[in-house]
Amino acid sequence: MPSLTLLGQAVVSGLLAGGIYGLLALGLSLSWGLLRLVNLAHFALALLGAYLTYQLGTAFHVPPWLAALVIVPAFFVLGMAFHAVFAYFRVTEFGSLLVTFGVAVILESLIQWFWTADYRRYETAYATTSIRVGPLFVPALELLACLTAAGLALGTWAWLRFTYVGKALRASAEDPAIAAAFGVNHRRQAFLLSGVSAAYAGIAGAFIALISTLAPSQIWAWVGVVFAVVIIGGLANPIGALLAGLLIGVSESVTMAVAAPAWAPLVSFSLLILILILRPDRV
Amino acid sequence: MLALWRLGFRGALAWLLVVAFASTAVAAPSGPPVRIGSTLALTGPLAPTALLHKIAGEIYIEELNKANGLLGRPVEWVLLDDQSKPDVARSLYEKLITVDKVDLLMGPYATSGILAAMGVAQRYQKVLPHHSFGMPHLAKYEMHFPTAPFGPQPNVTVPTTVFDALAATATPPKSVAIVTSKFPSAQFLSAGARDVAAKRGLKVALYLEYEFGTRDWGALAARVKDAQADFLWVGSLGLDSNQLLEAMKKLDYTPPRHFHLFPAPGPLALAPDGKLGLATTVFEEHPPFTNNPGAARLVPLFRERASKANVPYPYVDTQAGGSFAAWQILEAAVMATKSLDDKVLGQWLRKNRVPTIIGTLRFDGPNNYGDDLFKVKQVQDGKWVVVWPRDFAAPGARLLPP
Repeated sequence: MPSLTLLGQAVVSGLLAGGIYGLLALGLSLSWGLLRLVNLAHFALALLGAYLTYQLGTAFHVPPWLAALVIVPAFFVLGMAFHAVFAYFRVTEFGSLLVTFGVAVILESLIQWFWTADYRRYETAYATTSIRVGPLFVPALELLACLTAAGLALGTWAWLRFTYVGKALRASAEDPAIAAAFGVNHRRQAFLLSGVSAAYAGIAGAFIALISTLAPSQIWAWVGVVFAVVIIGGLANPIGALLAGLLIGVSESVTMAVAAPAWAPLVSFSLLILILILRPDRV
Repeated sequence: MLALWRLGFRGALAWLLVVAFASTAVAAPSGPPVRIGSTLALTGPLAPTALLHKIAGEIYIEELNKANGLLGRPVEWVLLDDQSKPDVARSLYEKLITVDKVDLLMGPYATSGILAAMGVAQRYQKVLPHHSFGMPHLAKYEMHFPTAPFGPQPNVTVPTTVFDALAATATPPKSVAIVTSKFPSAQFLSAGARDVAAKRGLKVALYLEYEFGTRDWGALAARVKDAQADFLWVGSLGLDSNQLLEAMKKLDYTPPRHFHLFPAPGPLALAPDGKLGLATTVFEEHPPFTNNPGAARLVPLFRERASKANVPYPYVDTQAGGSFAAWQILEAAVMATKSLDDKVLGQWLRKNRVPTIIGTLRFDGPNNYGDDLFKVKQVQDGKWVVVWPRDFAAPGARLLPP
């Protein structure tokens, strides 16, 4: 029987891992739900953001928060540029899966060409800093990533719910023709949303650089679980993505603590199958 | 001619012999190239380690061509990317043999890829030297030749070497926690470590298997901390060890002693958490290993290339050493038999012992495995040094306590 401390630590660890899942899922959920673009390149962008944070930090001693101030706006522009290409070629929902897979492979190759396939680690003085809460330890960087994910999820939810742009985006996703009849310029807002999604990938990348060891193939490590998070959380539902991330993170972590760790991946996909059986309209 | 005349007949003959030998020794290889085909995981999760094999192979081929090639012909390495996937490796070996029509084969990197390539080599009856296969009992093909010298029962001999090393210290461990990847060779050796530990009277406080590609190390770290064992055995591949140690550090826990099966050598040696970590090896850059002239030549070349390729730990270790040895046994067989015929080469390798930079290899044991040549190394001052057996320890080095 696992001790209460072990269980508590597993829950903490799962919540923090779930925060990262939620952060990565946020941009993907928005572009899939509101633009009908299944953007696999989102993972490659996040890793590119991580490598750039690493590069700026190790080669030019730029602190990660300052690096993020450069990378996030740059990714916003990059996201808009990607969307320009998608719009020009009229990429469909299914087509986007193939095209963005290709973009992800190209980005992986570029990363490997520049940084090689070898592992990269951004060593910082605070990498292993933890906050002690009774018998439990809360890693500081993961906590910051989780809080950032929560802040972005709440902010995005409010943006979509209360602002004109947010309402227009949701209306266009619901019925583009009627939205256009009411004067919604979907094209312009789609550029904005693509930029925002890519910027979120940049933010996730900054945290990945600080928390993980980097390798080009890591792009694919997140795909399965983050897709599960997006679908369980509901498309274009920022709060749902965050909560689904936390749910999967905790489920996996507790499974690792009380049963065989190898069963952990089964949990996220079992949850996904269950949700799809009970709520097939989520995709 | 006048000079030759003055030397007299015997002097002239000697002079001509010297000139002839010298011209042969430095003659550039000529004719159609001998094509040697292989794959490596140039991309994918195994790529960081496969890069070390690529550098070692390139150096070997270049040196070979600077000398006299193989049988006086230049050597061309047809290298393809198997993307760390055994199914891709299998298809590419089929292509190397049937489409590229290579003369000889060299193995890919890591157990699963080698097993896939072995099936193809067997079908076409090609000799397959390889450098990184960890499950000898699965290698049934009579013309595979391993230079990862695990011996026929590494699940017994490798853990025994490690526990022997620990037992020779002032405070041998009384309990062990074993955490291992489900990657086939890692799981195989770690399950063996559990049995060996139990037989030696150590308490196995924890035995866990995790999936290859695990992301969340927090829960695993919490279980290791909870077990409070004297010694941690990590059946790791690549960066698993770094990630687990880091996750434990975040829980304010450092295992008293820790061993790592197949770690990424650089990141573990350079990480603060890797201090005094143990692993196995067949070659490190210090005597007695570097007393071998081939090794002495390889070390500076590898360091230069690896640094240029931005490899964080640009030193020859077990991966590059094993890789170099695989090329050495292939060259030895070709040069001894003066043949590129796979059957002839295979027969020669099975009958002969081949000196390599990792020691003398033989292939006459069960499943072509000879002796277990693995040693125990430890991270000391940010660098790996062999500490056990004592005959192979770096000058002045010994296994340091925590």
